[in-house]
Amino acid sequence: MYPKELRYSKEHEWVKLEGGRARVGITKFAADRLSDVVYVELPKVGSEVAFMQPFGVVESVKAVSDLYAPLSGKVVEINQALVEKPEVINTDPYGAAWMIIVEPRDLKELAQLLDAGAYMALVGERPS
Amino acid sequence: MVPFGGWEMPVQYSGIMEEHRAVRARAGLFDVSHMGEVDLAGPGAGPLVQRLVTNDLSRRAAGQALYTPMCTPDGGIIDDLLVYRLGDERLMLVLNAANTAEDLAWIRGHAHGDVQISDRSAETALLALQGPRAQAILERLTPAPVGTIRYYWFREGVEVAGRRALVSRTGYTGEDGFEIYLDGRHAVHVWDAILEAGKPAGILPAGLGARDTLRLEAGLLLHGNDMDKSTTPLEVGLGWTVKLDKGDFVGAQALERQKREGLPRRLVGFVLRERAIARHGFPIREDGATIGVVTSGSFGPTVGNSIGLGFVPPEHAEPGRRIAVEVRGRAVGGTVARLPFYKRDAEAG
Repeated sequence: MYPKELRYSKEHEWVKLEGGRARVGITKFAADRLSDVVYVELPKVGSEVAFMQPFGVVESVKAVSDLYAPLSGKVVEINQALVEKPEVINTDPYGAAWMIIVEPRDLKELAQLLDAGAYMALVGERPS
Repeated sequence: MVPFGGWEMPVQYSGIMEEHRAVRARAGLFDVSHMGEVDLAGPGAGPLVQRLVTNDLSRRAAGQALYTPMCTPDGGIIDDLLVYRLGDERLMLVLNAANTAEDLAWIRGHAHGDVQISDRSAETALLALQGPRAQAILERLTPAPVGTIRYYWFREGVEVAGRRALVSRTGYTGEDGFEIYLDGRHAVHVWDAILEAGKPAGILPAGLGARDTLRLEAGLLLHGNDMDKSTTPLEVGLGWTVKLDKGDFVGAQALERQKREGLPRRLVGFVLRERAIARHGFPIREDGATIGVVTSGSFGPTVGNSIGLGFVPPEHAEPGRRIAVEVRGRAVGGTVARLPFYKRDAEAG
């Protein structure tokens, strides 16, 4: 449910370091809470995102939520397939439903994120 | 569960989309016991209701239900309700939960003469069995020929899973289906029996979330969102429920005047080009100017688009007209659409 190799924000985003880049999405907890995601708004490639500032929006039939950047940096890629088929957020939040890839400006920000255990404690789930 | 008009209500069981699709393709069961039920009895019952509602109760026989707004003297909609004609001197009103107390005070305040008014909301449960397989499922639980009940007709004293109920062919989803009124003490038994009997047919329990997306696709209005005391039936497209020729009723003069002088605004349906949801209160724009406001909006799971209802000036109301909805500071383009967004095949019913 909460892969060990990821880092998590308190706003329910995940980050995965891939070489010098960071892949970002939202957690299964957030996806379950939203349920039935119908719409995603992502930033443009080349734009800057800032640590724990909104970078986009995810919307379900029930509610709309801001997406918060777990790292500062430049957006080098966005998941256009997700914009066209946002419902995969509910089925594959750590895989096909990645949202943006960021070139991090300051990897020290990672230290402020949670590991899987701390995140699970935050959302009140016990390790499986 | 969420609080709703003083009741704890399930927003969803398995998921809004899944429940929505079950109702369109198979069947869904809703617990809408929060609705208010008020019995009126006595020779004064019919005349009282006829004076308070805009539609014409005299055109309904015993065994028939009537959908109607109830208005203020200014023509504002206090509530929209169903009136069941149980007999010559016996009526049941079905009211929106959030309005039941206010409706009751209004009705009692207008009651003169021989009518007994009893609020039966607390002890009455209401289960809505909706979808193309609703009839087949209900037939497994009752000896009564429920298939012969026509749209907007009902039968009293029908045994459903061994419990007496009033069964009416009505609903709020745009599908065929039944609404089952019964003693609250039997609600859990009948709920469980319907889900069990409907299992082979693929029934799902459905919550408030799916109820809202289903009614919106069907172009049905929600009091408190799409209409209230500041809007008239004529403005929200309920002109067909205003029978100015039936004799005097509360609001008749104001509605007659509005009909003569023209409408200041009209409630229309719209479809957006993107899947962003237009939510209640978002501005409707044309060429950068605000021309109206969204009253309801959602993603329509069956129509596959972002849809909504909102007020616009009458000259912007014709289907096909381009509008935009301001969603979080951004104009999302769309067009005025003909209602309903979804209409079931007649054969399926």
